[in-house]
Formats: sequence, C-alpha cells, structure tokens
Amino acid sequence: MSLPLRIDSLAKSYGARPALAGVSLEVSEGEILGLLGPNGAGKTTLIRCVVGRVALDSGSISVFGDPAGSPAARTRIGYIPQEIALYGRLTAAENLGVFGRYAGLAGEALEDAVRSCLNWSGLADRSKEPVMTFSGGMKRRLNMAAGLLHRPRLILLDEPTTGVDPQSRQRIYAMVEQLRAEGVSVVYTTHYMEEAERLCDRVAIIDNGKIIASGTHADLVRSTFGSRCELALHFDGDSAAPYAEWATARGGRTSGDAVLFSVTDPAPEIARILEAARAESIPIRDLSFKTPNLESVFLQLTGRGLRE
Amino acid sequence: MILSIIRTGFMNLRRDRGALTLSFIVPIAFFSIFAGIFGSRKGGTDAIQVAVVDLDQSPVSRRFVEALRAEGGLRVQTGPEQTKGAPSRPYDASSAEAAVRAGSLPVAVIVPKGFGDAPIAFGPAAGATKLQILNDSSDPIAPQVVYGLIQKSAMLSMPDAMAAEGMKYLDSASGGLTPDQRARIDHSMADLRARLEAEQKARAAGGAPAASATPLGGGLIPAEMRDVVGENKKNPLVAFYAAGIGVMFLLFSASAAGGAILDESESGTLDRILSSRVTMTKLLLGKLGYAALLGFTQLTVMFLWGALAFQVELFRHLGGFFIMASVTSLASAGLGLALASACKTRAQLSSLTTLVVLVMSALGGSMVPRFMMPEMLQKIGFLTFNAWAIDGFTKVFWREEPITHLWPQVLVLLSAAALFFAIARRLARRWETA
Repeated sequence: MSLPLRIDSLAKSYGARPALAGVSLEVSEGEILGLLGPNGAGKTTLIRCVVGRVALDSGSISVFGDPAGSPAARTRIGYIPQEIALYGRLTAAENLGVFGRYAGLAGEALEDAVRSCLNWSGLADRSKEPVMTFSGGMKRRLNMAAGLLHRPRLILLDEPTTGVDPQSRQRIYAMVEQLRAEGVSVVYTTHYMEEAERLCDRVAIIDNGKIIASGTHADLVRSTFGSRCELALHFDGDSAAPYAEWATARGGRTSGDAVLFSVTDPAPEIARILEAARAESIPIRDLSFKTPNLESVFLQLTGRGLRE
Repeated sequence: MILSIIRTGFMNLRRDRGALTLSFIVPIAFFSIFAGIFGSRKGGTDAIQVAVVDLDQSPVSRRFVEALRAEGGLRVQTGPEQTKGAPSRPYDASSAEAAVRAGSLPVAVIVPKGFGDAPIAFGPAAGATKLQILNDSSDPIAPQVVYGLIQKSAMLSMPDAMAAEGMKYLDSASGGLTPDQRARIDHSMADLRARLEAEQKARAAGGAPAASATPLGGGLIPAEMRDVVGENKKNPLVAFYAAGIGVMFLLFSASAAGGAILDESESGTLDRILSSRVTMTKLLLGKLGYAALLGFTQLTVMFLWGALAFQVELFRHLGGFFIMASVTSLASAGLGLALASACKTRAQLSSLTTLVVLVMSALGGSMVPRFMMPEMLQKIGFLTFNAWAIDGFTKVFWREEPITHLWPQVLVLLSAAALFFAIARRLARRWETA
C-alpha cells in the first residue's frame, strides 16, 4: 500500500535563493511527523509543495501514491494553514459550511461534517456567532476544523498553536491526539519543542532547505549527544564570570550565570568536579543535572545565531 | 517635534503609491479630461449638426437655407451622411424626425410650405408660417442655439422680407400710407431685392458669403419647437442620468467585490480554497457571477427607485432593461476582477479603481453627457464601456428603440466582459502556484 506521504529529492528556489534543496521525507500511516526548523528554514514552503500550491523545480511528492496537487491527492489532504484562513463576518457554522462545499460535500454529509467538526473543536455552543468575535484560541480551533471536514487521511498542520494561550494549546493537543487515535497521518510544523516532544512520533529538523536530522526524539538525542548529559553549577553572587578560568581548565564553559560541564559517566565525573570545587573553595550555591532534550538537539544542530 | 511629525507624514506618503496616485495622478487626469471637455473650445461651442428640410423651395426659403449653411455655428445636413457607393437621399420631414429620434442629430429644422410668402412675423406670430424645430431633449442646449442662429440668419438673409413685413405693419399701425410714400417704398424694396439677388449670384460664383450681407432691420422667425424623443415621457431625462450614475457606481462595487480575492490571499483563505477541489478558473467564474449578480441587483434597485420616485418608465421597458443591465453588470464584474487581479493589496486596488473608474466615467459620459464633449473626446469615449452602456440604456428608455437595436451595445459589452475575464485569469496565475 502507498505511503500517505513520500517526498523525494525535492528542490525549489525563488530566484537565486534556494528554499528547498533536496528534501526527502516519508510519513507512515497513523504517524505524526514533527517538522522543526528556524524561521525561513523552508517548513511552510515544504507544506505548500505538498498541497500543490508551489511548483517544484525538481523532485517528486506523492500522496497515497498520487502526485501532489492532483485532484485525488487534494481529496486526501487536510491543509490547515498558519494564518486564520476563515471569513470573519461569517459564523463558525457558516465557515464550515463554505469550506465543506469547497471540499465537495453537500446535503446531509455536509451537515454531519459541520456538526462533527463543531463538536471536535469545542465550538458547538458558539456555532452561530461571527468568527470575528472569537478569541485567538477559538479561531485556531475552528481553523483546524475547517481543514478536516472531508475527513482527510493526511493532515498538514502549519504551526497550529501560534499565539494561543496555554488552555487553548492544551485543547489543540487533545484534538491532535484524537486524530492520532483515529489513525490519521499528520505533518506538524512548530517552533515549540515541547509540542513536538509530546505529540510527534518522529521529528525532522529542516534548516536552509535541507533535512539535517530525522528520527524519534530519543534517536535524535542519541545521535547528537551520545550518552552525554549536562551538569550546571550556580554560584553565590549569581555570576559565573569569576569562575570561568577554573571551569575552562576542567573542560567546562560558562553560559549566562552558570558553568556547564558535559559528562558521559555522571557519577565519577560529578564527584571529581565537586571535589575540585571544594578544594579551591568555589562557593557553589546549587547544582542541576540535565539530560539533553529536543531543544538541545535543535540548538546544537541549527546553532544559536538569530536567523531573521 | 511638529517637524518630525510632518517628516514622518512625507516619508509614509513617499512609500504609499496608492496615496501618491490619489494625491497627484487622479487630480491631473481629471483636470486634463475636464480641460479637454470644456477648455479646448477655442472658438466657443462646437458647430451643431442640424438637418434642414426645405418643403417650401421658394427663393426666400432657399436663401434662408443658404444662410443657415453659411452659419459657422451650425453644420447643416440636408441628407444623411453619404455611405460608400450609396447616393445621398435628401431628408424629408419624416426621415429628419427619424434621424433625431435615432440620435443621429440633435436637431432638425423643417421649413414648411408657404414659408416664403410670410417668413417674418412682427407682433403676434399667428399669421406667419412657423418653422418646425424638432429636437431631442437629452441635449437641451442644441435646439436653443439653433433657434437663436435661425433668427440671426433671417436677419442676414431676408432683409427684403423683413422690410416688407415691417412696412405692412407700419401701414396698418399708422392708418395707411400715402400713395407717394407707397411708391417710394416699392421702389426701395425693388432695389433691395435686386441687390440681394446680385449678392446671391456673386455667392454662387464664389463671391462674398451671405454672412457679410449688411444686416437690415430686425425681427423674429416664428418657430415651433417639438421634443420628438421625450415628448411622451413623464420625466424624460431621469432615465438618462440613472444609466450614467448607475454604471459609474456599478464599476466601484464590482471592483470592491472583485477585491475579495485580495483579502482571501492576505488571510491565507485563498491557499485553503485552492488546495481544495476549487480551481482558479472556477473561483474566478464564481466571483464574476457574484459581482455580476450584485451589479444587476444594484441597477434594478436604482431603476426601481427611479420608477417610484422619478417616473422612470421601467415597467414599459423591462425586456430592454434586463438585457442592458445583464450585459453591463457582466462587463463591470469582469473589469472589477481584472483590476483586483492586477493589484497586490486592497489599498492599491482602491487607488487604481478610483483612477480608472473616474476617468472612464468622465470620458464615457457618466458625469458629463457626451454630446457636450468635443468630437474627439466623444470618439475616445467609445473606448470606455460606460459610453456603450449609457448608449444602450438611452436606446431603451429614451429613444424607445426595439431591443433588436441593442445588438452593438450587447456585443461590445459581452466582448468587454470576456476580455476582462481573460485578463483577470491570466493575471491570477500568480496566485495558483509560486
């Protein structure tokens, strides 16, 4: 059976600027793939290529075996754009009705789909109110619902939690988890690492138009940091500067008001560092031990420099 | 601080092309158009086309027609403009009236039989034979000018008739002339006629024009003015203005309706729509249909109001109205869509629409009737569909022509709609795929 999404050597440039440079990806049935990358890395271009809104320079995309942009592919994709792509003057139900018709639904099937999406997004009791009166979180939920009316089997979610409060974000997570439970495949782009860690089965990190790493959360941490962990020391006086030389001599580095040591065998290495500090009367105020997470991986791979 | 605010204003203006266009280009364009309409008349009002039918064919009437021909303010036509290979047939009373009804000419002058016997009337005009001036009241100026120039021509071309009529009046008013006085007058009149005949012969041989004849005395040619187009109408000119203003506002609303695609593009809704089953062609056709229906409704409401408040005879001309409102709405919708597709933002569209619609409306006769414009501008007006639409509505409501006569307007407006849609479709390719 064909994969929900297969992208092979995809390239796209705008003038001399390459937006995508040989991207290859696969998404399996029922899988949630997190697509992470700094601003301008190529995430949205990649998503727009999949929905057939961007002409490819080279490479191929197939959706359940059909080329991206073909009528068959369109019917299987649910595209939820980054922007609130709704008609503000129409009510929630009217918006869903409009996009349902555009997706080819009519009559009872349309009514059922609208009702079901209103329930799914938790907006059934506000269905007759104009969207322009909704909060940011409600608009985001409706924005998602509008892409799912025709029950697509591959959903492209482009930063669905941008600008929403924690409560709405939790609700959106629950909505995505419900999709996973129904066996739908999802490509989920986000800047929030905790979202990717919580929701995604697999993560692909894109930068400068290339996939620079992909795998499960654990895979990415292991391949980037091995078994290394991070020991952070804070000092009396809330400044690490006086101890920079001491730290550097022992393989550490300063980061803000802390000194960081990368350790691969935690017990003996921590003991050695603490003993050295005691011997030289370094006033350690507190100590924390951190295993690398997705954010560490992301920053390690994409760097700390500002992009845009 | 105040200087900083002024500077900020200019910095913003410099980068706002829409505001710059509205501030400088639109006023200049308008100034140029109205200067063209009203300012290019170096010699005053343009010559008025007038059909002249001489039913009398007397020496006096011929002299009178000759004088009208020589009048610089008139362009006298005694027959329809000649077409290739077809000999020109002179106008008779009914064909001249038909020409005025059809809008080929604004005025016709019929010189009735017996005019030469009593062309002038001093005092009450009951005894004189009246000229007939047939006019189209959609141009209220032309018949008045023609009437005035008839008086002038009479003074220049028929001094003998005026003098004779004057003597008759004097004779009756003074209680009778003596035989001696009568003999002297007869002698003077004979001299005058001989001089006029000699002048006419000289003119025929290429001599001095009639306008150079010495004016003798003064008087009035009695004339009867008849509005042959609007005579049976309850409120004749309102339909004309309903069409002019209606078409102009139709263009504004069509552009606003077409502009929805820019909002959709900005909000991301267009991306969502085009990633569904809707193709760009279907989307544009839907928007064309919406704008055309909106325009049709707008025109219907406007004419209904005209019928209720100003006696526009909508219900007598429903067929013609339906045809003209449909094709005009379709053409405006096409233009609105083409303008929207050419712009990147609503602000840009608003500026472009203001410029295009106001210029088209000014040239096309929505603001100033085209008959008031110089001939060159009248011809340029045909490049706008306002002119075609107004002509069509005028045919329906003003000239009451059968709907089969609307085919040129229908053809042009449908072609315009197709052309504008094709342009919009071509320009919309930028939204299809990046």
